[in-house]
Amino acid sequence: MVALLTICFVAALIAPLMHWALPKYAGVALVGAPLAMLAWLLKQLPEVMHGHPIEQTFQWVEGLGLELAFRLDGLSLLFALIISGIGALIILYTQGYFKGHPQQGRFLMYIIAFMASMLGVVLADNLLLVFIFWELTSFTSYLLIGFNHESEDARAAALQAMLVTVLGGLFLLAGLILMADATGTWRVSEILQRGAELRAHEHYLPILILVCIGAFTKSAQFPFHFWLPNAMQAPTPASAYLHSSTMVKAGVYLLARLHPALGGTEEWTVILTTIGAATFLVGAIMALGQHVLKRLLAYTTVSALGAMVMLLGVGTEESIKAMAAFVLAHAFYKATLFLVAGGITHETGGETSIDKLGGLRKAMPFSFVCAMLAAVSMGGIFPSFGFVAKETWIHALEHHPLLVLATVLGGAAYVLVGFSTGWKPFMGKMPAGLHAHEVPLSMRIGPLVLGLGCFVLAFTCGPIGAALVEPAASAIAADHLHVHLHLWGGFNKVLAISLVTVLIGVGFCFARPFFLGVAGRLGGLARFGPDATYQLLLSSVLKFASWQTRALQTGILRDYIRITVLATVALVGASFIRAGGFQRWENLSPVSVRVALISVLMVLAAFATVHSKSRLRSILSLGVVGYSMAILFTFFGAPDLAMTQLVIETLTVILLALAFYHLPTFSHGSAVRTRAIDAAIAIGAGVAITLLVLAALHVQTPTPVSDYYLDHSYKAAHGRNVVNVILVDFRALDTLGEITVLTIAALGAFALLKLRPKKEEAPK
Amino acid sequence: MTSIILRTATRYMFPPLLVFSVYVLLRGHHYPGGGFVGGLFAGSAFALYALAFSAADARKLLRFDTRDITAFGLAVALISGIPPLFCGNAFLTGTWWKMPLLTGGVLDIGTPLVFDIGVYLVVLGVLLTLVFTLGEEE
Repeated sequence: MVALLTICFVAALIAPLMHWALPKYAGVALVGAPLAMLAWLLKQLPEVMHGHPIEQTFQWVEGLGLELAFRLDGLSLLFALIISGIGALIILYTQGYFKGHPQQGRFLMYIIAFMASMLGVVLADNLLLVFIFWELTSFTSYLLIGFNHESEDARAAALQAMLVTVLGGLFLLAGLILMADATGTWRVSEILQRGAELRAHEHYLPILILVCIGAFTKSAQFPFHFWLPNAMQAPTPASAYLHSSTMVKAGVYLLARLHPALGGTEEWTVILTTIGAATFLVGAIMALGQHVLKRLLAYTTVSALGAMVMLLGVGTEESIKAMAAFVLAHAFYKATLFLVAGGITHETGGETSIDKLGGLRKAMPFSFVCAMLAAVSMGGIFPSFGFVAKETWIHALEHHPLLVLATVLGGAAYVLVGFSTGWKPFMGKMPAGLHAHEVPLSMRIGPLVLGLGCFVLAFTCGPIGAALVEPAASAIAADHLHVHLHLWGGFNKVLAISLVTVLIGVGFCFARPFFLGVAGRLGGLARFGPDATYQLLLSSVLKFASWQTRALQTGILRDYIRITVLATVALVGASFIRAGGFQRWENLSPVSVRVALISVLMVLAAFATVHSKSRLRSILSLGVVGYSMAILFTFFGAPDLAMTQLVIETLTVILLALAFYHLPTFSHGSAVRTRAIDAAIAIGAGVAITLLVLAALHVQTPTPVSDYYLDHSYKAAHGRNVVNVILVDFRALDTLGEITVLTIAALGAFALLKLRPKKEEAPK
Repeated sequence: MTSIILRTATRYMFPPLLVFSVYVLLRGHHYPGGGFVGGLFAGSAFALYALAFSAADARKLLRFDTRDITAFGLAVALISGIPPLFCGNAFLTGTWWKMPLLTGGVLDIGTPLVFDIGVYLVVLGVLLTLVFTLGEEE
């Protein structure tokens, strides 16, 4: 398992190289990685079916509870099969879609890296590991949405998807940490067994809400759904893969995974059912008014994700089975429709609106057949797997009339969308000026396999139910469930409801012009929607950032020094006062004459610095202060410091002299008020630091750290000069940080001095 | 500045200052000194040269670009932290070897010395980047 996952990540890394070496076959060759995964998963199928999960664990960071723990059970298996199976088809499809595109290698790298991360999410058995892979999917999704990075829309959409999902990811992390804290383990499988304990824990509700926010943002639940339709800026293979069949299901997966631990309570049911049903309806209704191929599909994806969450929320055995079956059905038909949509746009020179397409059946007969297959399944029409899934779904909701009503309306919208994307572009007359031809072979395999799959699954639904749906549903329910899917359940209430749904859907198809009209009139409402709220928040953050940058970064040196000194004094002073303030004047050694003389000299020199009318004189008096300090160091047995201080003082004088050489002479001194403020700040800083140093004399620690250093300096570090040993050995990492800062400062100064606009080209 | 006294003095002062800077660097482990002060000494030697002649002359004398020296020093300090990783210790843990000398004695030699040389080079590079850039601004 770990080896195969590693192979997938390695495949991602070498993808650009492969594309460089074999531009025509890179995609075909790289399909090997997901196929290997797929083969291994199928081989494990019998074991997992019988309820024996496969586990593999390696220690990683023990202290953090982070281990490379992986576990393959029924639920993981269902998702992993979808991810690697569709992944293989998508990679193949990419070969044709990006034919001759110079950046194909980059795309392959991103999408395979995504696939590996997504496999990680569903296979990981450690909360932290789940989170790491979870964030990796957000990150690769960002790269894929922003693949056409020259388009501003694509960049904005990528950023939006990233911000929304990563923000949710932080909530999720908080929830996971609380969960681990409540149960005392990071291992998912152990937490699942301690559900009762967790549900009784005082932090149960916060955990549930935090995890839900994480899952809802990732799975585009209302009101976070807006990023998903915008994410359609991604190239179509990525949309088909990430934003319909896999990544957006990560949230659903997580909720399903944690169902044994968190589910079954009233809070769970209320939150998931409400949000799920709202998302289901909002997505379906929004889809009615769309005319862009991929956006139609995107809104129904939002809707379908809502349906999955809703079914999980209901939480009965039947609804869990229905959810598992629907995950499978949705992955097949939605990916097919996306791939066909990508093909249409690709072969007609970029046309995306279904109202401008038509009559493609002659030019693209193959795509037409695949799209029809998927559309029938999406509409939930006999004899497709979509029909089977919808039958179990309606059956599961029998006791929830309101949810059945929602299902009928939503299902009808699916019929409309299925036929708008799978039927309408191919029928009627081809608009003038539209040229199209069939997609190449590599782009046919994916739609064909998935489109046929919608029906193959339906006719084999008995064994499929037992092999895939049953283990998954059992894992979600943490109980052994028996799943009997059937294609034909006889004439009963469920069939009647299903039929009504399809009929209303057909009615919707005829009423589409009306929906478009309504959508057009209601377009203005978008500025109250969540997308607008996001834009408002984002622009407010940016405005605040630029305001505070302008407020703090005035470009005036005096302000910088004031802020730095005041902040230091305030922070040091505050903690000083909180620690009890200054208390005693004890333990002070008597002041010798020479120290007193030097001190007086320093004070005089400081006054001279401030009062001097010439810069050079100021610098020199400042030098006197510094040299006197060096002399004080020698008095108190700190030759290292004294030596350094002397050289530093000399160099400071030289540097200041060099810098001031370019400045005009003092034209006028500062205003009296400014000087008064500066004097107050300076005196305040001096007093604060003096008090601090005096107080530091009385700080008693049980074993002073200096004893350790003195003790170990020669024995452990082979050095008699403790100061230097501390710098280069005991605290070498600090020194490394310091010299790095020094380097950055030098580069900054260099840039400021060298990269100024020349006088001739000064900004106007 | 074209003081002939300063120039002549600099010619004589420059080599001992450089040698002294290396001496300070090496003795730092047992006696006052070390990479930081050593680098400052070397830097002041070049700064003196730049004052007496010109920044361009000092640059020529130095041969290497000051920013290259800085980057190289940082790399040396960083790399000095790596050997302990192979002995199962944390990054930057001092690692020591016994080096037999021709004179018969044994010299303890360790990664902190390499680290200190890195510090020396960084300080030298940073200082001269500032001095030269300021000095060349005409």
